[in-house]
Amino acid sequence: MPEPDTRVSGAPPAGRITLKGDLAGLADPVRAVTGAGLPDPLRFVEGEGGRAAWMAPDELLLTVPPDALPAVLEELEAGLAGRHALVADVSDARAAFVLEGAGARDVLAKTTPIDLRRASFGPGAFRRTRMGQVAAALACLRDDRMEVLVFRSVAAYAEGLLQTAADPRAPLGLHERPADARS
Amino acid sequence: MMRLPTGGRRIDRSATLRFTFDGKPHEGHPGDTLATALLAAGRTLVGRSFKYHRPRGVVASGAEEPNALVNLGDGDRHEPNVRATVTELFEGLTATSQNRWPSLERDVGAVNSALARFLPAGFYYKTFMWPKPFWASIYEPLIRRSAGLGRPPEASDPDRYELAYAHVDVVVAGGGVAGLRAALLAAEAGADVLLAEQTPHWGGRAPVDAAADPIAIDGRPAEAWIDAAVARLRTMPNVTMRARMTAVGLYDHGYVVLDERLAAPQGPRHRLWRVRARQVIAATGAIERPLAFAGNDKPGVMLASAVRDHAVDQAVAPRRTVVATNGDDAYRTALALHAAGVEVPAVVDARAAPDGPLVERARAAGIRVLPGSGLRAGGGRSVEAVHVVPIDGTGKEEGERIACDAVAMSGGWSPAVHLWSQGGGKLRWDEAWSSFAPDPGRPPTGADGAPVVCAAGIAAGVDPSGGPTAAALARADGAAAEALGRLGLGAAPEPLAVEEAAEHPMEAVWIMPRRAAEAVREKAFLDLQNDVKVSDVQLAVREGFQSVEHTKRYTTLGMATDQGKLSNVNGLAVLSDALGQPIPQTGTTTFRPPYTPVPMGAIAGEARGALFQPVRRTPLHGRHEAAGARWEPVGQWRRPYCFPRGDETEAQAVEREVLNTRRRLGLLDASTLGKIVVKGPDAGRFLDMIYTGVMSSLKPGRCRYGLICSENGFLVDDGVVVRLAEDAWLCHTTTGGAGAMHAHMEEWLQTEWWDWRVHTLDVTEQWGQVAVVGPEARRALEALGGMDVSAEALPFMAWAEGRLAGIPARIYRISFSGELSYEVAVPSGRVGELWDRLRKIGEPLGASPYGTEALHVMRAEKGFVMIGDETDGTVIPQDLGLDWAISKKKADYIGKRAQARVHMTDPERLRLVGLEAEGGAVLPDGAYVALAGRNDLGQRATEGRVTSTYRSPTLGRGIAMALVRRGPERMGEMVEVPTLDGAAIRARIVSPVFYDPEGARARA
Repeated sequence: MPEPDTRVSGAPPAGRITLKGDLAGLADPVRAVTGAGLPDPLRFVEGEGGRAAWMAPDELLLTVPPDALPAVLEELEAGLAGRHALVADVSDARAAFVLEGAGARDVLAKTTPIDLRRASFGPGAFRRTRMGQVAAALACLRDDRMEVLVFRSVAAYAEGLLQTAADPRAPLGLHERPADARS
Repeated sequence: MMRLPTGGRRIDRSATLRFTFDGKPHEGHPGDTLATALLAAGRTLVGRSFKYHRPRGVVASGAEEPNALVNLGDGDRHEPNVRATVTELFEGLTATSQNRWPSLERDVGAVNSALARFLPAGFYYKTFMWPKPFWASIYEPLIRRSAGLGRPPEASDPDRYELAYAHVDVVVAGGGVAGLRAALLAAEAGADVLLAEQTPHWGGRAPVDAAADPIAIDGRPAEAWIDAAVARLRTMPNVTMRARMTAVGLYDHGYVVLDERLAAPQGPRHRLWRVRARQVIAATGAIERPLAFAGNDKPGVMLASAVRDHAVDQAVAPRRTVVATNGDDAYRTALALHAAGVEVPAVVDARAAPDGPLVERARAAGIRVLPGSGLRAGGGRSVEAVHVVPIDGTGKEEGERIACDAVAMSGGWSPAVHLWSQGGGKLRWDEAWSSFAPDPGRPPTGADGAPVVCAAGIAAGVDPSGGPTAAALARADGAAAEALGRLGLGAAPEPLAVEEAAEHPMEAVWIMPRRAAEAVREKAFLDLQNDVKVSDVQLAVREGFQSVEHTKRYTTLGMATDQGKLSNVNGLAVLSDALGQPIPQTGTTTFRPPYTPVPMGAIAGEARGALFQPVRRTPLHGRHEAAGARWEPVGQWRRPYCFPRGDETEAQAVEREVLNTRRRLGLLDASTLGKIVVKGPDAGRFLDMIYTGVMSSLKPGRCRYGLICSENGFLVDDGVVVRLAEDAWLCHTTTGGAGAMHAHMEEWLQTEWWDWRVHTLDVTEQWGQVAVVGPEARRALEALGGMDVSAEALPFMAWAEGRLAGIPARIYRISFSGELSYEVAVPSGRVGELWDRLRKIGEPLGASPYGTEALHVMRAEKGFVMIGDETDGTVIPQDLGLDWAISKKKADYIGKRAQARVHMTDPERLRLVGLEAEGGAVLPDGAYVALAGRNDLGQRATEGRVTSTYRSPTLGRGIAMALVRRGPERMGEMVEVPTLDGAAIRARIVSPVFYDPEGARARA
């Protein structure tokens, strides 16, 4: 079997926090934690303290180093005290995978109906969508590095789906076009 | 039929491929289709027709083939209804013929043909209606055996399939000259293009036609132009081009489904694409029509284009071919055959005075042209001769007999309008070229109402008056300009110069000859696959059918895999003629996807085996597996049903688990329970609307059981609500209900109470939850240490947060078993640790895991209802005696008003009770509570049904819950519960709470 050109692996552990509220009002507490501003819709922004991803018009997903999680949760609760907002630790509720390689887009294109072309899903892009038969969130970390987030209970399904899609014997040749995949 | 000594632009004569058909070995070459290889081997008989089992041969050279359907492969790789004309020959191919018994040559069912007179249109409906009971037992099995096509595979398909999704600016369906041209224009204008060609080859018909009449495009031979176009497209980064990929369906708003056939060893066999296209260019070509003459179904009678394709591409040709036509195009076949050295004794032309350039060239080549003529074909298992008759005659005239082994027929061309029509585009009738073509004024439209499809090439309409290639290219330019204009990528293509022969007008001939006698019409087939003849359609009209859709179903014209490809226009022309109305008034049947058959496996994609459905696993799944759990699916979750030990049966395991939990200590994985956080200044008010009870008054630190009803009052979910903080609650839902209840809450928040300040979040999977249940539960948690779980510190229906055995935990003192019980929630990542510690520390206390069945039994012993058992979407909480959980003080809650309806307050409603069977028997699940007498339908009258029934290990006898008319008013009464074997069990109506009615144990 030839070497796969896209590797699917478990993402390193991370602290994940769901933050719900009026986004404009969340800007300061978020900046205090991540060091970056608010993400635009369908995108994420990364600061030195972590990442903030746009989940919905009233919802963000923060990703921080696991050791920083308790302190960040406290800081957020303090920063939002008295305001109508929801902070929830969802670190244990999710499973995350990383797809790395030139064919990452093509692997995902076998599982999800979103537009994965670079113009729409370049670095910094973030989507909530369907992957196979489960809900998923996708982040384009680098042109050839994607992160996939699913519910913890379906981790085995998601991994099986991604590994199947990454089978090097069936290159899609859509976003990446090795010469032999064209006819 | 034979392989010509030279020629064949597709085949590689230096290589030989071996294959078998009906077990007989044959040889062919790379570049052959199964159909051409069979023809080259002299096998003209390849199948039997659907109804009459008449001998049938190859008719076409592409996807429209109606007859040469074979079983491909065997064993677990067997695939039925494969068209031999699109099956590329490969080494070791095995195929068998279909719809014949015992063999293709000696087919018993062919007796149907002799009985044709008794099997007219609609014979199913006429013959088999009486006596009624005969249909299912005799007629249907008989018909199913004698009619039909391939047999379904019997084993699991070992091949793989996959799906793919893409977004592009332009999908070009069809890689003939028009598709190539349109794709080039779109790509050069900067659009993202997906170009799909259903055959293995680019360029469509042009290279074959050029063999009869040289074609020059842009100053180059057609083939050179095609090669250059393909080469150029391959270099363009914004173009994805795939051969062996068919656009099989066009759905709303430019959603195209394409089936790609792959050949990578061990890779997927098909890939089904779903593509969002901003514009679709349908360059799908056209399909040649047969002519309706007597004997037109005999093997050897083929489409003129197919004869030409086979001769030019694979060097397979008949020995003597009579060409029958009503237009100029078929002369290309005569010329191509002539050029290949194949004898063409005559061209039978329906037109009185054919005189186009191609006709003249044929005459000049010495080919005899017989104007104003029709024909009938004679022969046994294949055509042996034709009789040429006057076109305006009855067809019974003797006529000149011309010996031949093939008839190449052409009744004109029909644009392949399938995609256009599937997408909602309308058609126009083109009188001059007798065909339905896309009506550019009524195209398929997108979400914004703007057109999303352009037809290009001959798919946009037949008009070879200036030459077919020139027309196709001009219509590609037009389509590309239009599509690109809509994308804001304006293009004004320079027309390409094309040199080729022009065509003179055709003449519509729907029945050949025009005044064919009844006996002739009965042998003139319109639909070769479904055995529909001219006489059948005419009979349908005599019997009162007028609508084309009704006639299609009555006669089966254009059904099955044909989907009107060959039979459509001829059939509705005959129908129009019989109705005495013009063709456009009759209209056409709807074209439905898929254009060509798509394997079921391709539709399923990767969803098989382990990926068939996502299975949700709790964080303890692996531990349960190692413990030998028997699984139960609950929604998409897998939960342990029970944990048998040694040789225990499941029933024995459940009994042990129940008794151990009641006497000592049981551990349950409760992680699947739904958990929704509801937070905000208006959260209390919101939950008072969601639940029937009052949740706003719950004190922080306390829990309360709650019921959720639908707007119509029916009970849809239940669970314990926890007040986390002044402004935050945690709502537990049933295992299967979390998603639906979260959506229910969000729907009310987003559509009705959008100004209430409430956030909801499903945190089900953040927490692993273990129910620690039984008299030893407190001792076990105390042994773990870290939290005060005493009756004083943590009374029944209280909760506390802390660290248990060093793990951050919430402990809810709630009970679904009736025992002393704590549910411990910890982060999912640490619940394995908690479980292991509990099992170890609990060992001297008798700790043992229990599954969902023990849970069910224990809750039934306690009379607790289970959503989905006691409820079924028609049950309100009041039916279940849950009035105590419904607030009488609240002004409103979802479902309140519905529960006040007359029917809901009817004292005759079925209400929950317990049933105790005589002799301690276990009542059958789902059994009815019967009355004497019968209802209006003659069925046994009933007054209730059993909703839950178990053998109670605790009580040592059967217990059941049931919904019974006026149940609670009838305590002590005996009722009758019939069993499936016709007997009945007598049971007494009792309270549904069988165990510890005071609830002392849970409060201990």
